[in-house]
Amino acid sequence: MYEIVAKSLIAPEIKLFRVRAPLVAEKAKPGNFVVVRVDERGERIPLTIADWDPSEGTITLVVQEVGVTTLKLGKLDVGDSLLNCIGPLGNPSRIERFGTVVCVGGGVGIPPVYPIARALKKVGNHVISIIGAKTADLLIFERGMREASDEIFITTDDGSYGRRGFVSGVLAELLSQRRIDRVIAIGPAIMMKVVAEATRPYKIETIASLNSIMVDGTGMCGACRVSVGGETKFTCVDGPEFDAHQVDFDLLMARLNMYKDKEQEALTAYREGR
Amino acid sequence: MKIEPQKTPMREQPPQERIKNYKEVPMGYSAEEAIREASRCLGCKKPTCIEGCPVEVDIPAFIAQLKEGNFDEAIRIIKQKNNLPAICGRVCPQEVQCELRCVLGKKGEPVAISRLERFAADRERAKGYAKSVKPTPAGERVAVVGSGPAGLTAAGDLARMGHSVILYEALHEPGGVLMYGIPEFRLPKDIVRQEVSYVESLGVTLRAGVVVGKTTTMDELAKEYDAIFIGTGAGLPYFLHIPGENLCGIYSANEFLTRVNLMRGYAFPRYDTPVKVGKRVAVFGAGNVSMDSARWALRLGAEETWIVYRRSEREMPARVEEIEHAREERVKFMLLTIPLKFHGDEHGYVRGMRCQRMRLGEPDESGRRRPIPIPGSEFEMEIDTAIIAIGQGPNPLLPKATPEIAVNGKGKIIVDEDGQTSMPGVYAGGDITLGAATVIEAMGAGKRAAKAIDRYLMGRH
Repeated sequence: MYEIVAKSLIAPEIKLFRVRAPLVAEKAKPGNFVVVRVDERGERIPLTIADWDPSEGTITLVVQEVGVTTLKLGKLDVGDSLLNCIGPLGNPSRIERFGTVVCVGGGVGIPPVYPIARALKKVGNHVISIIGAKTADLLIFERGMREASDEIFITTDDGSYGRRGFVSGVLAELLSQRRIDRVIAIGPAIMMKVVAEATRPYKIETIASLNSIMVDGTGMCGACRVSVGGETKFTCVDGPEFDAHQVDFDLLMARLNMYKDKEQEALTAYREGR
Repeated sequence: MKIEPQKTPMREQPPQERIKNYKEVPMGYSAEEAIREASRCLGCKKPTCIEGCPVEVDIPAFIAQLKEGNFDEAIRIIKQKNNLPAICGRVCPQEVQCELRCVLGKKGEPVAISRLERFAADRERAKGYAKSVKPTPAGERVAVVGSGPAGLTAAGDLARMGHSVILYEALHEPGGVLMYGIPEFRLPKDIVRQEVSYVESLGVTLRAGVVVGKTTTMDELAKEYDAIFIGTGAGLPYFLHIPGENLCGIYSANEFLTRVNLMRGYAFPRYDTPVKVGKRVAVFGAGNVSMDSARWALRLGAEETWIVYRRSEREMPARVEEIEHAREERVKFMLLTIPLKFHGDEHGYVRGMRCQRMRLGEPDESGRRRPIPIPGSEFEMEIDTAIIAIGQGPNPLLPKATPEIAVNGKGKIIVDEDGQTSMPGVYAGGDITLGAATVIEAMGAGKRAAKAIDRYLMGRH
């Protein structure tokens, strides 16, 4: 059992949990994820590790309530436990001195990009972060991202905070003005696709961390398969980070939608207490 | 006394009924039926059946006890060699093992050894397991990685030998392929749970949800333990590598079966994990996993399900019993056919496939006649679900994270006859060394490795 030692509502329907998982905390690296199961009837879902503290034996997870599993998770309080928390899984992010690195985070993609930005800054990169959300109240991890970055740009779709528009707009400007050595993008699939298209003409190495549907998360089932450079890869063991210029984002988006009807059915059943 | 030439039949759920539920198909023997069947055994002075058993159960001895109605003694004899009899009595390919060697098989049908094993095990389960005598651990600590048939067997045997055993499992529940792979209607999960509890009662400590190679490493385990057994199985699904294979609605058999069995997708939305089965389902491959997938698909609402296989009926690798069960349930067989590509709709969902007919040529290296495409025989077929069950490879996660452990070109861990790997004190067995084989072969490997580990540990003093 994995006890929740802290919980906070950081934006509407977005919750942060600190979970006691000492073995995971000891091994976690930027870019890793865990597979979580809430209760006996629960689904296994992957969640990126947003932070960790080996001395305290905890990891930080940020969860947006969108389906049954995340709603159930959101109902848990301090002192409650997750039934399973398995990891750290996936390959860690490449942390090296690249030069100037742009870290792009969209919505709940910001917490996963945070430890990567922090690690990149620590090894001497000039880190420029671009973070964005639909509205001001949905923008999360701003303070952490400020600390982890040398420069930061903030966008909201409606202009309620920072610049009005998308993260890709800021990125396009930066690309035309500055020398950039590497771009890392984590967020909705469509955002990562647009980022990849923006950097492609500049031939800048661009990394996307994919949020495929998974079951086991250890390479056993292939639910998370994606096409990268025309080759089938498993997000869980070959990724989750891939060369964004090679990723077939349309396939990723189609596969992410595969269970939409079932998710709705599950939500209805859950709300009706079945 | 005249010996009945035929096995005592086992009652089964009728096909039209069973495809509407998830319950077990064969219903087991009653005590009378078991005694009647046990009475067919000649009790050979030099029994050949035992040689056919990878875990060397003393078959004539347990059957002799059944014949007399000494059911407790029968299961005690079985359990001297086999920690998982309720599982073996259901999924062993006895027709190519013990029963193949039975002398009765020369004239009629062999003794139904697996049915008798199942009877003895089920009777004990119903009655409550006999208390196992826990030996005091000798202070040697052994880690077993993977809680499938190989790991469970090695762990149970090592605990009985007096070692202190920790059993690691990457998934959230122990059992490996017994949990995620084999369907409820062939091996009820409550039985697996009971058999695993039995192994735990022998003194094995289970740690589920720990991925060796990620959560902890082999180097760390090597520091903490005196010996290690790896039984991480054949968890790598093979794909067809044809266009359209990543469309929605196309599953590896591993994914499909894991969703349905381990995650209980059949009880969605009471259980949270969904699985999507359409009206027209194609299953590729003709092994036991294919039959399992096709039979589940029917139970989950498919109107028509096809086994699509590139060779002919004769070459199908599935057990005859599984093929018969599938056929009774109206699974269709589209033989001598390969898929060339899948077509999708605007949502990226599979809607059809292009296939080609094959004919059989000369035998290939496997000894089976090689399928050869027939030019001009291509045809289209509408499907909305596809399950790829063309085999699995050894799970690469642990070997990849542990370069000290040598693997061959196919990714199988290289071991000697004792199961010893290239890393000192580390043994391996089951599908991780064999490729996809059978439950009982994995158990045999676990048993041999346990003996070798015991010798290794004792030799160190």
